[in-house]
Amino acid sequence: MMSKITPRNDNVMMGLFAVAVLTMPIWLMPIGASYPDLMQKFAIFGIFAIGFNILFGLTGYLSFGHAAFLGVGSYTAVWSFKLLSMNVLPAVVFAVLVAGAFSFLIGFISLRRSGIYFSILTLAFAQMSYNLAYSVLTPITNGETGLQLAKSDPRVVDALFVEAGAGIPSTNFFGIAMSGYGGFYFCAILLIVGFYLSLRITRSPFGMMLKAIKSNQNRMSYTGLNTRPYALTAFVISGMYAGLAGSLLAVTDPLAGAERMQWTASGEVVLMTILGGVGTLIGPVLGAGIIKYFENIFSAFNESILTSIFSFLPDGLQDVVVSVVGLFVGEGWHLTLGLLFMIIVIYLPGGLVEGAQRIRTYATKKREKKSAASHQPQIAE
Amino acid sequence: MTVFAGSVKTDRLWGLILSDVLTGSLGVFAADLTNAFFGWSVMDTLALQLLNGLDKGGAYALIALGLTLIFGTLGVVNFAHGALFMLGAFCAVSVQKLLTISVKVKDESITFFEAYKEVPYLETWFGETGTVIIDYSVPISILLAIPVMLVIGLAMERGLIQRFYKRTHAEQILVTFGLAIVIQELVKANFGANPIPTPAPEIVAGSASIGDWLGLGSAVVYPWWRLIYLAFAAVVILGVFSFLQFTTFGMVVRAGMQDRETVGLLGIDIQRRFSVVFGLAAVVAGLAGVMYTPILPPDYHMGMDFLVLSFVVVVVGGMGSLGGAVAAGFLLGILQSFASMNEVKSILPGIDQIIIYLVAVVILLVRPRGLLGRKGVMEN
Repeated sequence: MMSKITPRNDNVMMGLFAVAVLTMPIWLMPIGASYPDLMQKFAIFGIFAIGFNILFGLTGYLSFGHAAFLGVGSYTAVWSFKLLSMNVLPAVVFAVLVAGAFSFLIGFISLRRSGIYFSILTLAFAQMSYNLAYSVLTPITNGETGLQLAKSDPRVVDALFVEAGAGIPSTNFFGIAMSGYGGFYFCAILLIVGFYLSLRITRSPFGMMLKAIKSNQNRMSYTGLNTRPYALTAFVISGMYAGLAGSLLAVTDPLAGAERMQWTASGEVVLMTILGGVGTLIGPVLGAGIIKYFENIFSAFNESILTSIFSFLPDGLQDVVVSVVGLFVGEGWHLTLGLLFMIIVIYLPGGLVEGAQRIRTYATKKREKKSAASHQPQIAE
Repeated sequence: MTVFAGSVKTDRLWGLILSDVLTGSLGVFAADLTNAFFGWSVMDTLALQLLNGLDKGGAYALIALGLTLIFGTLGVVNFAHGALFMLGAFCAVSVQKLLTISVKVKDESITFFEAYKEVPYLETWFGETGTVIIDYSVPISILLAIPVMLVIGLAMERGLIQRFYKRTHAEQILVTFGLAIVIQELVKANFGANPIPTPAPEIVAGSASIGDWLGLGSAVVYPWWRLIYLAFAAVVILGVFSFLQFTTFGMVVRAGMQDRETVGLLGIDIQRRFSVVFGLAAVVAGLAGVMYTPILPPDYHMGMDFLVLSFVVVVVGGMGSLGGAVAAGFLLGILQSFASMNEVKSILPGIDQIIIYLVAVVILLVRPRGLLGRKGVMEN
């Protein structure tokens, strides 16, 4: 896949990706992940991670505050549901625009510094937004309770066309309900579009410029080029991706809470990107899917399930194993996440994609060796 | 201040200024000005907020000092430093738990039915002395925390950090971030998610009447333990500085911070000393945590809360500048404390939540090197 970059290969990859995403309900069936709620998460966090990768993967700027944009996107979307219409289109559009504007503001300031300073600045901004969302901005964010829909919301646009029914209306895309499979396909199509855009960005001269910033910013400056506008554009684009992901979270489940902006959430998207492979195209989506899948599986375990799993062991041993394994599942899922984080960064900084490549090179080398070995006698003849 | 004053207050203010200008007494003017804003004895409030800020700042300064030491010597950005602070606090919790391991004995005072009460072993063994020992669990845990934190620090450095000297800062941040999560979750699994109260010794549980000492009236009182924390922080900071300044070991470390290669060429194993410095930084963070437990009952995520702020402190103080870290720690602590006064909050709602970040942003943009940062150290 990565071997040769030609337009044709890209198109093939794009096609494969689209097919893989759209047929997720089928091929995820055997591992028990083919229900819409989870697949929506795959798609949404895939988008989030793709966007994050445009910044971190291409320019090398490690932002620790991307969750802020996710949160802003969610809040905007829910406000659009409340004020305008339950149609998801304006919600998504507004969320992307607002998140873009917000990230422009933060990026404009943060990008004046690079390296660790940049990370700390973005972290500071995200914490600031989080704290504000909890305290002063309560009229907008509804503080700890989180922003929710209410029956008394105006919904100006909707009110023009339809009579308000009983109860809170649900989100829709021109009549298609956004819960269940409808929501999944909506997210999936946006994921494919997002992936395509990131592919085009990576291959474009602009993408080359971003990679140049990563490899040697000083040299870029020496050639008389101002790198900041490029980095800022990348920052805003990735902020918009995050806003899109945030709005999709609200689309599939119309509420928004401040905890989405916490810095552990920012850390999670970093982990997704790294797990899959920083700077690769498919890596972030892969990482997001894997983490969300295991989060789902692992969190569901509890002591009684574990006890039944390990019931084949002798009693004393069973207790020990259950208590040890119990550390890592259920409530302790974050422990697994932290360990995974460390292991990946220590042993496989290039993520799973790099791991696959290593295995492939190892295999090819072995094959070559074998063929070389089998050729040897012929030479001897 | 005048910029933010409401219209009513502004009118009153101008009236005051006018009258004061007429009478020409500046001192009265100042008192009137402050009275116009706060209504009651301002000196008291200011003194209290200053103290509040100082002891919070003390914690920031101690953590930031460790962060800066690690960064200055090993060049590693340690996101797990908050976790070390938290581990220190949980040393105190463990000591308290250990000391109060109890045995069930029959309660003699209740004669109607068989009643049992839990009596700590220490009390059954030593009587009154045992009670006193339990009462002093926090100071005692300092003795435990020093070796424990040193071992943890050294193990962390040898086991993990040393693999990351040559890797990028981003990777250092990520791996230590992962480690912080792991430590935090392990503590949560062992001690539960709720804050665990660890009281200070009885004798210093009350408040000191600092108002009397400073001549501010007896209305001004301040918790003893916070004063002790402040003094403790000052002692530890002075200790670290004099260790670096007046011992041969410290001299070598400082030389290594300046120019690692040259020190290495002189035949000194600088690496080993830097590892010890990492251990020292862990001890400082741990002690800060131990002493902080009576002020804030420790829970598993206290480290993260302090870490973010401490990083901001380091950046404001200047990356790699020890004095800067300490100064910025106290400065930001005081700023935060003043920002959380109701009088300030009524003018600028929410300012207490964001003041530190705001200051950091302004400092980074105006003076990227930080307050006392050296030239050429991580300037971009």
